[in-house]
Amino acid sequence: MSTTHVDAFVDAARDVDAVVTRTDAAGFAAALADSVTTPAVGTPLPFEGISYEGTPVDPEPTGADLAAAATGVTAGQLAVADYGSVILTETGAGEELLGLYPDRHVVVVAASDVVADMPAAFDTLEAPTAGSAIIATGPSATADMGSLVTGVHGPREVAVLLVEDR
Amino acid sequence: MSRRAKADRIRSLLDTEGDAVFENTTTFNEGRYASTGRLDDYEALKQRAREIKEDAIADLPALVEEVKASVEANGGHVYVADDAADARRYIAEVVEERDADTLVKSKSMTTEEIEINEHLAERGVDVWETDLGEFVLQVAEEAPSHIVAPAIHKSRAEIAALFNERFDPDEPFETAEDLTAFAREYLADRIGEAEVGMTGANFIAADSGTLALVTSEGNARKSVAATDTHIAVAGVEKLVPSLADLQPFVELIGRSGTGQDITAYVSLLRPPSDTPVPDFADDTTPLAETEPDREFHLVLLDNGRTELREDDQLRETLYCIRCSACLNSCANFQHVGGHAFGGETYSGGIGTGWEYAVHGEDSAAEFNDLCTGCSRCVEQCPVKIDIPWINTVVRDRRNRGADPDSFDFLVDGLTPDEEPAGLDIQKRVFGNIGTAAKLGSATAPVSNWLADTAPARWALERVAGIDRRRELPTFSRESFREWFADRGPALSADEATRAVALYPDVYTNYVSPERGRAAVRALEALDVHVRVPDVGESGRAPLSQGMISTAERQARAVADGLEPHLDAGRDVVVIEPSDLAIFRREYERLLPEDEFARLADNSYEIMEYVYGLLENGGDVGALAAGGDAIAYHAHCQQRTLELEPYTVAVLERLGHDVATSDVECCGMAGSFGYKREYYDLAVDVGEELAEQFSEGDNGDRTVLASGTSCLEQLDDLLDRPSTHPVEFVAPE
Repeated sequence: MSTTHVDAFVDAARDVDAVVTRTDAAGFAAALADSVTTPAVGTPLPFEGISYEGTPVDPEPTGADLAAAATGVTAGQLAVADYGSVILTETGAGEELLGLYPDRHVVVVAASDVVADMPAAFDTLEAPTAGSAIIATGPSATADMGSLVTGVHGPREVAVLLVEDR
Repeated sequence: MSRRAKADRIRSLLDTEGDAVFENTTTFNEGRYASTGRLDDYEALKQRAREIKEDAIADLPALVEEVKASVEANGGHVYVADDAADARRYIAEVVEERDADTLVKSKSMTTEEIEINEHLAERGVDVWETDLGEFVLQVAEEAPSHIVAPAIHKSRAEIAALFNERFDPDEPFETAEDLTAFAREYLADRIGEAEVGMTGANFIAADSGTLALVTSEGNARKSVAATDTHIAVAGVEKLVPSLADLQPFVELIGRSGTGQDITAYVSLLRPPSDTPVPDFADDTTPLAETEPDREFHLVLLDNGRTELREDDQLRETLYCIRCSACLNSCANFQHVGGHAFGGETYSGGIGTGWEYAVHGEDSAAEFNDLCTGCSRCVEQCPVKIDIPWINTVVRDRRNRGADPDSFDFLVDGLTPDEEPAGLDIQKRVFGNIGTAAKLGSATAPVSNWLADTAPARWALERVAGIDRRRELPTFSRESFREWFADRGPALSADEATRAVALYPDVYTNYVSPERGRAAVRALEALDVHVRVPDVGESGRAPLSQGMISTAERQARAVADGLEPHLDAGRDVVVIEPSDLAIFRREYERLLPEDEFARLADNSYEIMEYVYGLLENGGDVGALAAGGDAIAYHAHCQQRTLELEPYTVAVLERLGHDVATSDVECCGMAGSFGYKREYYDLAVDVGEELAEQFSEGDNGDRTVLASGTSCLEQLDDLLDRPSTHPVEFVAPE
């Protein structure tokens, strides 16, 4: 990680209509609470010292919870500074669903996982153990109905929580 | 289709769909220039993408075996379908075995190619397109007009009217937001009901069985995540060796298509996935504790692709990533869209190669002539496919397949070509334009008077398909070569600093010798010894009609005729940009490599050469004095060769104020604008240029253009004259 990558990511993400909040482990719960609209559901966060404790996020949602949720919270494996993209992976907990169905998607990314560009991102994705991944850049969008509209089959709003000490 | 029927069809599409198509494609086109312009290493990325595709197609049989193994190791199934019927049969079996009532689809041209929707519907399956553009077309029962944005021929108001009629909402739909919100809800229900999700694939990494899907709406993700059975249908050419090979494509595809740096989602799927299949009614089992029971089928479609792979001329069609850059950068496509400029499934310049391979020559022939060879798409293609060449080859094969018994006695004596009898008479006339011009010049001015009479124009339209509304070129009695032979060089080789062979292209020679005379004066004023070589046509005219053998013969003669000049150390200077372009581009395919390279390296466009002379100490004061306001249109092929800046620089050095046009092509494109079936389209394209040169202070500027065609088009559409730049800068 370098600060330059993080700054570049924040700028690029803003350009694609993703709101980035920079936080740290200590401030995480408050930042997350600020970032979600309820009801909110989440999948496990694989960062040490970070959890849903003290937030309104349901950490073990059912299908019905997901259907009712306004926000889905998932971890991002990587972020790509050049494009403002986050890379989402599935662990079997339903990350793909939580990042897709609710109107708002909050992605939690460790600042140490911000890479400079696509070649760097693909170096990581290439690992033989890697599974499916989604390179997600901003909210879902379409121009098929005559002008640009955000929020189609996927989320209308995307927020990124960048945990700077992880 | 007859010429008249084709003309009617094009006119009707220009009226009904032209405006919406133009607005959308030109937005994509501008977006592509902007987005690729932001890349530091655009050329290197394109080169890498090209190499990956070349290698992948070369190794295709091995990649097919590899992906079978990797997908099966992941727990999926692979089926290689020989043709569309085979693919349909397999897919119907999978759907039946799953006992599915509903199948949801994300956008896929390959599934259009095999016409799977109709096939499944006949078997009682509800098939829903979830991409909003495709959904609009499903509701409208229409075919895509663009390979990436299928409904661009419809305006928002038309979609609103369609949806209001079909779905009869309480509050009529009006805005794009209304329509999108409705479609999202409506399709969410369909996705919720569906058992099977069908997608295409933009790329497949053979090593890991990873499918790459490039989307923006999220419908492909949802169609896969919400259903337990995933069928992906992809042409075999979508295979690349490894996941790492996807990186340049991920960076290029959105930029090259709709002008987005990247689309909202690039899914890299290694199905079947661990994602729980959601049951939204279940309020007790956490999603994380649901064991998904997912099935995955990859259908790899051949359908003519293996044959295409063995075709030395058309193989590079398989490198196509279906990004749509060649559609959006094409002036004709921008104006008429894929309903005219397309075959059964695929549209645009590269559509010719695809249709030829998957549906056959007849489907390709329907629209192949709409490619004028302007070459604007060549630099836009992210895998560097020579799309005009693909169109030329298909046209040539079409010509050769023409009925040899329909002997065209009328023009046979005028057409000393290498082409088969039965070739379309219109193509034969334009392909042999040099012979006609020679005769016209020899018999001028009588030939001009005769050609301009009503009966002659009627006959030309009836027999040769030359639209009677188009003004014909006037032949000059004294050709440029005859003039120079009498006059000789004014500056001997000993007195001069450089020596050139000034190529007497057919238009300069027979129609506009004043252009040649101006070039001689400009060159001599800048201390150049000028010779006008005794060589004929370049091959451009027959090549544009798909007459490759005739073009080859002419190229051979030009190379032989110019060789002694090159041996004598003379540079070759060319006035007509399309002829310079054939020397620098297509001669690579028509001549031995060393001869091509020598001629290409030593040939210059006239204003490029003047620029070089001025840069090397030439006296700018020897040219005509400047200070005027100019509107300049560079020729399409000249722009592809990146030669426009030289003309602008020379004009600016002379103190002129230069405004340039911002269109891909003037629409005339050699013979295209003369043809009865394409006249309306050519004028529609040309009017965009004419408007730019009429707006605001451009309306008072002196009009300059480099191509013969462009000058003819501008003369027809503007009420002030237009001139070649060299005539403008040459001293009296």
